[in-house]
Amino acid sequence: MLNQFVAPDLYPAAPEIFLLAMACVILFVDLLASQRRWITPFLSVASLVGAALLTVLTASEFSVLTFSNTYINDALSSFLKLLTYLSVATALIYGRGYLRERNLDKGEYYLLALFATLGMMVMISANHFLVMYLGIELLSLSLYAMVAMDRESVRATEAAMKYFVLGALASGLLLYGMSMVYGATGSLEISVVAQALEQGAVNKTVLVFGLVFLVSGIAFKLGVVPFHMWIPDVYHGAPTSVTLFIGSAPKLAGYALAIRFLVSGLLDLAVHWQTMLLILAVFSIVLGNLAAIAQTNIKRMLAYSTISHMGFMLLALTAGVQGGNTTLAFPAYITALYYVVAYVLMALASFGMIILLSRKGFEAEELEDFKGLNKRSPWFALMMLILMFSLAGIPFFIGFWAKFAVLTVVVASGKVAVAVFAVIMSLIGAFYYLRVVKCMYFDSPRDMTPIQAGADLRILLSINSLAVALLGVFPQKVIFLCQYVLVRTF
Amino acid sequence: MDMKTLYLLVPLAPLLGSVVAGLFGRIIGRTGAHVVTILGVLVSFIASVVVFRDVEAGNTFNGAVYTWLQSGGLDIQIGFLIDRLTVMMMLVVTFVSLMVHVYTIGYMAEDPGYQRFFSYISLFTFSMLMLVMSNNFLQLFFGWEAVGLVSYLLIGFWFTRPTAIYANLKAFMVNRVGDFGFLLGIGLIAAYAGSLDYATVFARKEELATLIFQGTNWSLITVICICLFIGAMGKSAQVPLHVWLPDSMEGPTPISALIHAATMVTAGIFMVTRMSPLFELSDTALSFVLVIGATTALFMGLLGLIQNDIKRVVAYSTLSQLGYMTVALGVSAYSAAVFHLMTHAFFKALLFLGAGSVIIGMHHDQDMRNMGGLAKYMPITWITSLVGSLALIGFPFFAGFYSKDSIIEAVQASHITGAGYAYFCVIAGVFVTAFYSFRMYFMVFHGEERFGRDQHGHHGDHAEEEATADHHHGLAPGQKPHETPWVVWLPLVLLAIPSVGIGFLTIAPMLHGDWFGPAVFINHELHPAMEELSHEFHGPMAMALHGFVSLPFFLAMAGVALSWFFYLKKPEIPAAIARTFHPLYVLFDNKYYFDKFNEVFFAAGSRLLGRGLWKAGDQVLIDGLVVNGSARAVGWMGAASRMLQSGHLYQYAFSMIIGVFFLLTLWFNRA
Repeated sequence: MLNQFVAPDLYPAAPEIFLLAMACVILFVDLLASQRRWITPFLSVASLVGAALLTVLTASEFSVLTFSNTYINDALSSFLKLLTYLSVATALIYGRGYLRERNLDKGEYYLLALFATLGMMVMISANHFLVMYLGIELLSLSLYAMVAMDRESVRATEAAMKYFVLGALASGLLLYGMSMVYGATGSLEISVVAQALEQGAVNKTVLVFGLVFLVSGIAFKLGVVPFHMWIPDVYHGAPTSVTLFIGSAPKLAGYALAIRFLVSGLLDLAVHWQTMLLILAVFSIVLGNLAAIAQTNIKRMLAYSTISHMGFMLLALTAGVQGGNTTLAFPAYITALYYVVAYVLMALASFGMIILLSRKGFEAEELEDFKGLNKRSPWFALMMLILMFSLAGIPFFIGFWAKFAVLTVVVASGKVAVAVFAVIMSLIGAFYYLRVVKCMYFDSPRDMTPIQAGADLRILLSINSLAVALLGVFPQKVIFLCQYVLVRTF
Repeated sequence: MDMKTLYLLVPLAPLLGSVVAGLFGRIIGRTGAHVVTILGVLVSFIASVVVFRDVEAGNTFNGAVYTWLQSGGLDIQIGFLIDRLTVMMMLVVTFVSLMVHVYTIGYMAEDPGYQRFFSYISLFTFSMLMLVMSNNFLQLFFGWEAVGLVSYLLIGFWFTRPTAIYANLKAFMVNRVGDFGFLLGIGLIAAYAGSLDYATVFARKEELATLIFQGTNWSLITVICICLFIGAMGKSAQVPLHVWLPDSMEGPTPISALIHAATMVTAGIFMVTRMSPLFELSDTALSFVLVIGATTALFMGLLGLIQNDIKRVVAYSTLSQLGYMTVALGVSAYSAAVFHLMTHAFFKALLFLGAGSVIIGMHHDQDMRNMGGLAKYMPITWITSLVGSLALIGFPFFAGFYSKDSIIEAVQASHITGAGYAYFCVIAGVFVTAFYSFRMYFMVFHGEERFGRDQHGHHGDHAEEEATADHHHGLAPGQKPHETPWVVWLPLVLLAIPSVGIGFLTIAPMLHGDWFGPAVFINHELHPAMEELSHEFHGPMAMALHGFVSLPFFLAMAGVALSWFFYLKKPEIPAAIARTFHPLYVLFDNKYYFDKFNEVFFAAGSRLLGRGLWKAGDQVLIDGLVVNGSARAVGWMGAASRMLQSGHLYQYAFSMIIGVFFLLTLWFNRA
């Protein structure tokens, strides 16, 4: 056996290896230089930049497989990884001041964030069900710990506990689904599974049975109804900087998870999983929008908004295949990618706004805390207005184009009723976004304390929000990019 | 430089200037604001000249410069169509705009909104250029609305005056009526031709011509053309949508010259010319255009006879001249319309800026009854205004002569329904034009010096409106008017040159030499007027000499002579006439009661309708049932979903298990 061992080609996985090495280095540095608080965050962001460079260097026109075909480096993986670094780095920079004021800026936070990033990268590049599982676990375990960072907060501990238990349950579902897939096809390598399905000599009943569990697992990661219960509690309970982290980059990994499993692996079962996703999406859009209206806590409100946005993203995935006709496949998956990118951009800035308004001993997480923001800071009120308009899908912000693109593919796939329903629901949803705007502009402020955030947060947040506006005025570039990436990938 | 980049530079340079002056006005100061905007427009003008030379060399362009959106079948692009029609408009717009920019330095010198004003006029230049350079209806509509918006902003520039606010609201509302028609026309084109691109639509025109409007027996193309023309009526102030233009004189004079005389109001004329392939297919639409234009040309000119506000006289003359252009469109003499558009842009801008110069000299008094004898004090303004007036009345060799006479002859040669009425209107209009133009000229520059005395109405018709704190009005007793600074008179001189010579130089190629090429389409078999005209044309010199013995010339001279007699020789006559023909005077003074009618019928009517809808529809149906009802339902559901989020871990896990179970049963019951 030993003589058959061939050293794997490490090159396609260079960014992951680099990030892992850096995480270990930072672990030591943090230990030694615990007095210099800036070193760890700096090194973390620097590692992300380094990983980004390596990702660009190792990016290739074609899909490259390594580690006995369990690992893939293709256009989609490079694109999603770059976005992941960007959003993780943004989240770290947004969160730094917030953590420092609460004495939470320990080295663990940054290390956990880096390991979570590594988990996402593994998910994004997985070409094997078990590798994907490894990535998910690495991400999840890091996130559980991050939620529980604030040990003195009962709410945070409770949220972490719930997240952990439910996450374990979801992992169980996922593993169970994988075992069914293995039973039916004899392999866990995604491309082999796809081939086996194409050849047709598989037990469909077992496979569909497994598919239900796989879809449930994916639904949990994305947080769609009825696997969403953790979302409001975790978003609300976790320190805002952690909420920001959970609410952004992992959505990209979630998209990768859905695409790798369902599209790369189980496209032959599209009829089944599309219907499943459709049911989940419809429920999510209803529940997300309606429940958000009843919230007074803005973190909870954004949590429900996430649920409905992820539902929207799934809607796009349901439009790909109609009775063996795959002409809409590309538009549908491109649209879903565009949607998730747009969402991550908006989510980062929205949670960033909460951090911006918070200060030592004060969490600006109630709707009331946004009252009269226009009087306190017209500039950031304008930024928040952009974000809320964009999330509500008002033209011409990026959120509008994302919704518009989804509706276009859904209509093209013949599901007009679903599209109409989605529009009505987002109209209802617009209410709670606009309520924030109303609070900012028409109510008088509760306190006039000036905003105390640092310049880095202010500038980055402004850029982030303006990007939401500008990419709405010039939507074409991002759409083209998503198109380019997916055409190169498949 | 790449031509495409150059095309982009033309509209973007003024936009940049506008943004800088608008956003950083406080930082760069007054000088900074005018330097940056004038530089922008200057760059734009020079680029236009380069583009002009390139087009003359035979390089036209039609294509997209930027794909704004591509989604399914929808393909929205920002594209330019650069042909001779476009390039001529670009030159006119950038040149007049440049003159107005320079002039503004002097005119607005004391105004606190200096930077804002420069930002607006540069923004206007950008919008107007986008409008004329567009190669599709959507971008045209964008430009159309954008110029409307800037016009609205500028009419209400002195926003502390209630009349200015009233005037800009009026302009906005009346334009909405026109835009509604315009949008319907564009919508019909999109629906039936399946594209918004000019070239694609024109390629399908034969197909469109055979269609009928669904549910009726109207020809589709006629409906489309009339809808589009309603848009043009709003923007180019044709009866009955003209009511906003005289009131728009509430804005500062430079914009009256730029927007409400030379460029924006001619957008309708430009648009119809651009759409000539469509209009040529419908005689009904052309007759409609003709009758509206003729009515405007004569009846709006008549109103100019009794105005005492110097700017209003010029405003009514603009209305009347726009009528002339529209008449030319109606008889398929598109090139004549555009030719008159161009000459008119120069001499009307000149007249307006001259009027503005007079207003400065008179310390912001606009009432002509307080003027007289200014020729002695303001020689440059005097001479340039004389040039402008001669051009306006169509004195041979002046620019206006060539364009106006061509229109009159084209109407004479046309056999389309309504041509007889139109001929009467335009020929009578010549007399009227000459009369009011020289009435103004004599009242302002010659005769008895009436300034510094106990003043008429104090500041003309609009005494109370003028009373802003930052403007001191009228000359004090004993004070003399003075010539204006060079930034004011230089544009006058520069505009006077084309007002004299541009017609002589360009009539041969533009009107009779097929200079426009495929940009203007005429169905010569059905509408031979232009062709007949070209047969009789033997060069600009011959035309001018022949002009001395033609009917329009005699009528114009009669008008000049009569105004001389009335206003210099026997100034007591006009008052006597006004007494004798009192009903007519009242009719004119009330502008044919258009405003009254609108106020009573449309304004009050729609208020009544609005109140009815509000009570029945809004309060009961929408608020009561739909809004509050659904809000209650949503609120209830929201509360219910909140109940589900109990916080108990076992319930959460249970919900997940239920979810899996639900999916499993659903699938295995089906299978």
